[in-house]
Amino acid sequence: MAKMTVNGQEVTVSAPPMTRLIDVLREQMLLTGTKEGCGEGECGSCTVLLDGEPVNSCLVLVGQAIDRQVTTVEGLGNAERLSPLQACFISEGGAQCGICTPGMLVSAHALLERKPHPTDDEIREAIAGNLCRCTGYQRIVNAIRKAASV
Amino acid sequence: MIFSQPQSLTALFDELASAGDRPVLIAGGTDWIVEQHLKPTAAQRVLDLSRLAELRTLSVDGEGLRIGAGVTYRQLIEDERTRPWPMLAEMAKLVGAWQIQARGTLGGNVATGSPAGDSLPVLMAYGAQVELGSVRGTRLVPFEAFYVGYRRTVMAADEAITAIWLPTPAAGAVTQYRKVGTRRAQAISKVAFAGYAAGETIRLGMASVGPTVMTLPHTTAALKNGSDPVAALHEDITPLDDVRSTATYRMFVAENLVRAFADALAGR
Repeated sequence: MAKMTVNGQEVTVSAPPMTRLIDVLREQMLLTGTKEGCGEGECGSCTVLLDGEPVNSCLVLVGQAIDRQVTTVEGLGNAERLSPLQACFISEGGAQCGICTPGMLVSAHALLERKPHPTDDEIREAIAGNLCRCTGYQRIVNAIRKAASV
Repeated sequence: MIFSQPQSLTALFDELASAGDRPVLIAGGTDWIVEQHLKPTAAQRVLDLSRLAELRTLSVDGEGLRIGAGVTYRQLIEDERTRPWPMLAEMAKLVGAWQIQARGTLGGNVATGSPAGDSLPVLMAYGAQVELGSVRGTRLVPFEAFYVGYRRTVMAADEAITAIWLPTPAAGAVTQYRKVGTRRAQAISKVAFAGYAAGETIRLGMASVGPTVMTLPHTTAALKNGSDPVAALHEDITPLDDVRSTATYRMFVAENLVRAFADALAGR
């Protein structure tokens, strides 16, 4: 039985190994927080953590994720219990249409795990693979900076 | 499509030896999966290398650095042992973004052999060798002999890249890496340059100005004998117009990159 761990829970993967991880997460597991913006690894809206590292889930074959740990935005927090990052995105206005937001949160989470007090340059480099068409990025950077100070 | 995941190098070589047509080999998949997304092909067999831990090792000895083919750009950035080869991390930081750096591998970049491949000019400048493995054993190919045409290498159908070797740079070596693209992240280069100079040794690599990574022999000779390297550059490259840039712009930028390196050498 092919298994992987998603947001701390072991799941059985029934999809063929060459199915994209993004499709297994969204279609099999109904974790629709992860978005598909380009399908080419350019926009970052599909970003999840694979063994703690941000990756584009549109470029991971589920066969490559077997026996590994996947974290999606749903694993960071939820409406009842917002993570500090999620709360700061709300308070700082870091989301408008929200399409880039799950990927932004995942990348920002990975950054703060490694660098609890990043500089603005480090924040911008960490989210360089997450494109936003709405905010102009400044409020996203503000939100991450604020979360780092909490 | 058949998907297989060899669990050892022996299993990988056996599979390559017994395959009819050469299978597709993927590690991070950051080139192949995108190609499939844009233009699906009927590949029959896909070999996933992601279980081969021995390809993800990096080691240093007195001779130099051995980088396993499965080492990611992220590893090149984070592993302190690459510091004597500073262009490795400088280049890796400009590949895509974090998400791509976490998956893309050096072996994948070399095997794909795009003329725009980010690591190729750096490996050329550092005098790299490509380690190839198969059921028949291991062999080393000097980087300047590895490509024979557009995306064509000297690899036999049953061979896989197992590692890249870089000799230890000489003390006081001057290196310069520059990638020119549309933006600092998520950009394929319009022109990229890597230069290495130590004593009498000068090695150059340039991307996106020919069918494969270019070694610029006339430019190198000019830098050594004091004649005009920018004039010599015109004997080395004839860039083209394509989706990403124009011949005129590429030539203009390439000249500037060579001038910048010549200035760095004049300063030593």
